[in-house]
Amino acid sequence: MSYKIEIQDLNAWFGKKHVLQDITMKIKENVVTAIIGPSGCGKTTLIRCLNRMHELTPGAKVAGKILLDGEDIYDEKVDPVTIRRRIGMVFQKPNPFPMMSIYDNAAAGLRLNGVTDKHRLDEVVEKSLRVAHLWDEVKTELGKSGASLSGGQQQRLCIARALAIEPEVILMDEPTSALDPTAAAKIEQLIRILIEDYTVIIVTHNMQQAARVSDFTAFLYLGKLVEYGSTKDIFENPKSELTEKYITGEFG
Amino acid sequence: MRSYTFRKIKNRIMVSLAYMALIIALIPLASILIETILRGLPAMNFSFFFEEISPLGEPGGGIGPAIQGTLIVVALASIIGIPIGVLSGIYLAEFRQTEIASIARFLNDVLTNVPSIVLGIFGWTLIVVAIGWSVIAGAVALAIMMIPIVTRTTEEAIKLVPTTIREAAIALGVPQWKTTLTVVLSSAKKGIATGILLAVARISGETAPLLLTILGSRFWFSGFTEPTAALPLAIFNFSQLPIDWPRVWGASLTLILMILLINIIIRYVTREKYG
Repeated sequence: MSYKIEIQDLNAWFGKKHVLQDITMKIKENVVTAIIGPSGCGKTTLIRCLNRMHELTPGAKVAGKILLDGEDIYDEKVDPVTIRRRIGMVFQKPNPFPMMSIYDNAAAGLRLNGVTDKHRLDEVVEKSLRVAHLWDEVKTELGKSGASLSGGQQQRLCIARALAIEPEVILMDEPTSALDPTAAAKIEQLIRILIEDYTVIIVTHNMQQAARVSDFTAFLYLGKLVEYGSTKDIFENPKSELTEKYITGEFG
Repeated sequence: MRSYTFRKIKNRIMVSLAYMALIIALIPLASILIETILRGLPAMNFSFFFEEISPLGEPGGGIGPAIQGTLIVVALASIIGIPIGVLSGIYLAEFRQTEIASIARFLNDVLTNVPSIVLGIFGWTLIVVAIGWSVIAGAVALAIMMIPIVTRTTEEAIKLVPTTIREAAIALGVPQWKTTLTVVLSSAKKGIATGILLAVARISGETAPLLLTILGSRFWFSGFTEPTAALPLAIFNFSQLPIDWPRVWGASLTLILMILLINIIIRYVTREKYG
């Protein structure tokens, strides 16, 4: 198995606040990697560095390297826009475009990037909605507003929207934290299927979710990577005392 | 129990006070509308809207050129003012923390409060002195009046677009400028339209800047570099002679109806696809 992403000495700041310190980790292709840790430990910042969203916050700064298939995405010559097309993102709160229909939401990535061929759009919309397990629920009402769907459906619509531009990696920032357990379970099943074609990195607050859904787990604490390894090892044989205390619920 | 009754009474008193305040606020509005309709309607007939304006004190004639002039001057002012205002608003919202943005924002607020007669004088020295009383001079003066209103409301409308929507587009690999021009603007369009509406309604009724720029006329539009008529100017002129007061009411009602119509049209055009 090859490494899709290599993070080397990554540091990140919000103004003077040093939120990520010397993170180094290698992420494998076609697996689910979970990032866990207590609130404010830098989980979200870490994945926002991976698609160069972190730098959009005023005052935010990044140093270090992130290699995507061996190429540094922070190289001066790299356009962050092309990186974001290769690394898609699903956010904590479902955020379909409120002024667009279900169809338009799924087609948004392609349309906004200049694709106008109706036939190709139809094809991609159907394919993405099918992969996101939403097609059967919405195929008769593609013209309805994306915001009219339930929370879980909205989140799957957001996943479909991200899939439509055919990224290689999908980042998920606590994708189920705003959903009820049934809707969350559907998303978890979906994540397991997605790794056949994609590399998934998921930030989660919920340790059981990390245990259920991921192959590898990274534990972050106060901006540092405490432990990283196979999910089995992290949950059954944590090397660090801190990791053990966190996963057994002694703090968090 | 006693304190519950007391609270209920207090609640009733506050609610009735609020209703009273509302009614007091509505009295002038309602009386203006009713008065204008009652006195304006009798003056209105077909020829009133489509005939040239007869000299002061002479019976007959219409306000056709004034309607036409107002439409032309306001349209031209909008063509100049709306793009500048909307683009400035986008700049202020998207680059809100830069120093130039805070300076521009301050100057914009100052411009909002410049008395309209001063803008008339500005239009006069800038354009009338060079090419004479003209539609262009009036449109420029009104455009300058529109810009700060449109800028401010556009900025506020864009700021209300949630970051999550913006980030969703950026995460799809959409360049920032395109995100702003598509996703952000279409989410903010209702707010922006309201700002434009406010500005158009405001300038449609302005009299002072027009006195010094388009001068007024009794005849139909004859070119962008010529003086022209306008409803507020016509109302002002008619009001000089008591015998012309029916025309004052007729023209006033026409102006109110025109602004109402612009309101309805813009609301309709920018209505939300999904309520």
